Amino acid sequence: MKSERISITAARLLDPQTGLDQTGDLHIADGSIYAIGEAPDDFTPDRQIDASGLTLVPGFIDLNARLREPGDEKKGTIVSETRAAARGGVTTVICPPDTSPVIDTPAVAELIRRRAKMSANSRVLSTGAMTVGLEGNRLTEMAALVTGGCIAISNARFPLANSLVLRRAMEYASTWDIPLFLQPLDHELANHGIAHEGKVSARLGLPGIPSSAECIAVSGMIELARFTGAQLHLQQISTAAAVDMIATAQSEGLPITADVAAHQLHLTELDVDEFNSNCHLLPPLRTQEDRDALRRGIADGTISAICSAHEPHEPDAKMAPFPSTEPGLSGLETLFPLTLKLVDENIITLQRALELLIAGPARIARLPMGKLAVGQEADLCLYDAECNWQFKADEMLSEGQNTPFDDWRFLGKIKHTFFEGRMTYTS
Amino acid sequence: MNSANLQLDDNGSLKHFLTIDGLKREHLVSILDVAESFLNVSDRSVKKVPALRGKVVANLFFENSTRTRTTFELAAKRLSADVLNLNISVSATAKGETLLDTLRNLEAMHVDMFVIRHADSGAAHFIAQHARPGVSVINAGDGRHAHPTQAMLDVFTIRQMKGDFTPLKVAIIGDILHSRVARSQILALNTLGVSEVRVIAPKTLLPHDARESLGVHVFHDLEEGITDADVVIMLRLQKERMDGALLASEQEYFQRFGVTQARMKLASPDAIVMHPGPLNRGVEIESEVADGPQSVILEQVSNGIAIRMAVMAMAMNPRALGGESA
Repeated sequence: MKSERISITAARLLDPQTGLDQTGDLHIADGSIYAIGEAPDDFTPDRQIDASGLTLVPGFIDLNARLREPGDEKKGTIVSETRAAARGGVTTVICPPDTSPVIDTPAVAELIRRRAKMSANSRVLSTGAMTVGLEGNRLTEMAALVTGGCIAISNARFPLANSLVLRRAMEYASTWDIPLFLQPLDHELANHGIAHEGKVSARLGLPGIPSSAECIAVSGMIELARFTGAQLHLQQISTAAAVDMIATAQSEGLPITADVAAHQLHLTELDVDEFNSNCHLLPPLRTQEDRDALRRGIADGTISAICSAHEPHEPDAKMAPFPSTEPGLSGLETLFPLTLKLVDENIITLQRALELLIAGPARIARLPMGKLAVGQEADLCLYDAECNWQFKADEMLSEGQNTPFDDWRFLGKIKHTFFEGRMTYTS
Repeated sequence: MNSANLQLDDNGSLKHFLTIDGLKREHLVSILDVAESFLNVSDRSVKKVPALRGKVVANLFFENSTRTRTTFELAAKRLSADVLNLNISVSATAKGETLLDTLRNLEAMHVDMFVIRHADSGAAHFIAQHARPGVSVINAGDGRHAHPTQAMLDVFTIRQMKGDFTPLKVAIIGDILHSRVARSQILALNTLGVSEVRVIAPKTLLPHDARESLGVHVFHDLEEGITDADVVIMLRLQKERMDGALLASEQEYFQRFGVTQARMKLASPDAIVMHPGPLNRGVEIESEVADGPQSVILEQVSNGIAIRMAVMAMAMNPRALGGESA
């Protein structure tokens, strides 16, 4: 596809990674950033966008978004969910391997890549399964999966048969320096719980998942990483204890990173009150102390990425009594607003917010993109930092309107998103 | 907490009865007063009042229950309502119909009130959130969450026997963790201002940090917990809890937490013994206690009808809160 030549003029060009923060122009040709500042003499734009008053940043990289294709197209497709990504300023999404079929062979990874190339409004990458069929027993051909394009190996939210499988997976992956993306949960302790085990679950009579189900898993993973030398990325941390353990492990020099879902930085167990099925999430919403520790973790660098944990659902999946609903929220379109809200609340600086959405996840996923620099892919997000707006579930582009953030007000609104030089979203 | 908003109308009167949570003392007292006024209906030769004449009440029982369903049915009939009994576990949902579909279908048949029992915590809230305006929902037990009519008939029985709530020490013994009855009883007793609510159980049958999360005094020793109690409430112990996962054996449970005549001597001399039924004789309660002079277990059953009449009449006629609904 021949891409337009575009000039974005008079924007605040902001990229904490390169230290760029100036008002100026940026020019796009052949899908890449052609020049920053004055347009070269040989450059004639097909389109010029006056961006005065707007801020231009690299597109966001989301470490954990389920697009539902292949296998669950009634909840979403690569086309629909990457449109939602574009609306959210996300230009790279990484899906976990729990599609149907499971991404446990290079062929499935290739299928998704091809589907995405044909139709996607953002870059679609995936992690490969750690065990065959995600069943937790036999290791997959990890080396082949990574050669076939998977950026890391993960067992998604599925349990491993035992700690020995985890040890072997770490050893096998570290043979080729393959990073592991792990969601820490002791499934026996979680015991089919559906809410944080605490005051709210006790009162509402909802089976609880104790915090210890997460920290025991984190502790085991850290010890095995120390023993095997594996590179670990812990996904969707939800407890204060996990933040502390990860910080300690990092201070000992272990190669362990962590991310958090954007909603965990705003909601708590109290939001489950009234059996709000849009707050039926995994990991569950925990206490205010946990939320505050997660906020400190993103500020002090213990947690180096914020993800959407996007899980779109058809309306019926949430239209039932709480225990019978499916967990997860549609998060791509609120990832950036929720992160900016933390800036507004003085939890983090704008620079840190952008690091958590761009440079942090790029480093974890070992991706070269995410900079405002000549020659880089033109994956860009142009937003109005002053725009105060109201988020509406029924205006979402995702097939899933399962959001607890309906009617929330946000400061900062995305005007345009560009993926490989193509304008993929206009508000 | 805004469950009050969902079950109360703009004037603060009951339109649904989903949970004790969020209700004020006055709400509970007026339910008790209305129930009192219905108590003698059962003794009349014509056991009916016209409060729900021309109304259709649907009993939606997704879990099996004989006692609760029967008392709801009797209560509705004494209020002159037409009653539909739907045993859903063997009909619609088995064919894949969602709860919402079931609700819409029954609404299309102009049902005025749903009495619902369901295995999911929050099921009655869900129905109330999606019911047509003017349709009332009564929770007959949802998962582990709430069983508010059982709690009301229990406090009704306590008021009958004891009069004033404020000096009372109430001990609840058994599986608090999985019990919707206990959750609702604790809320009702605390709202009515009893002096002390105690729970007595092994730690495997208590919510973590029960003192904080439920607002109760926690005991793990039955004899300590029962001492000076004015009301002793036992909960039914589900057989499936005794598979070694939460309790070692029936024998050890009865030995440590079974209520016997000897142990009842530690309670206040005029203490009453309650049980929501059905009883596991020899597991949580000794027959001598269950059938003894302190037992008010059968009074609880009779009172269940009056309480359910009161709640149904009030939810259907919110302005009758003062007890004039008959």
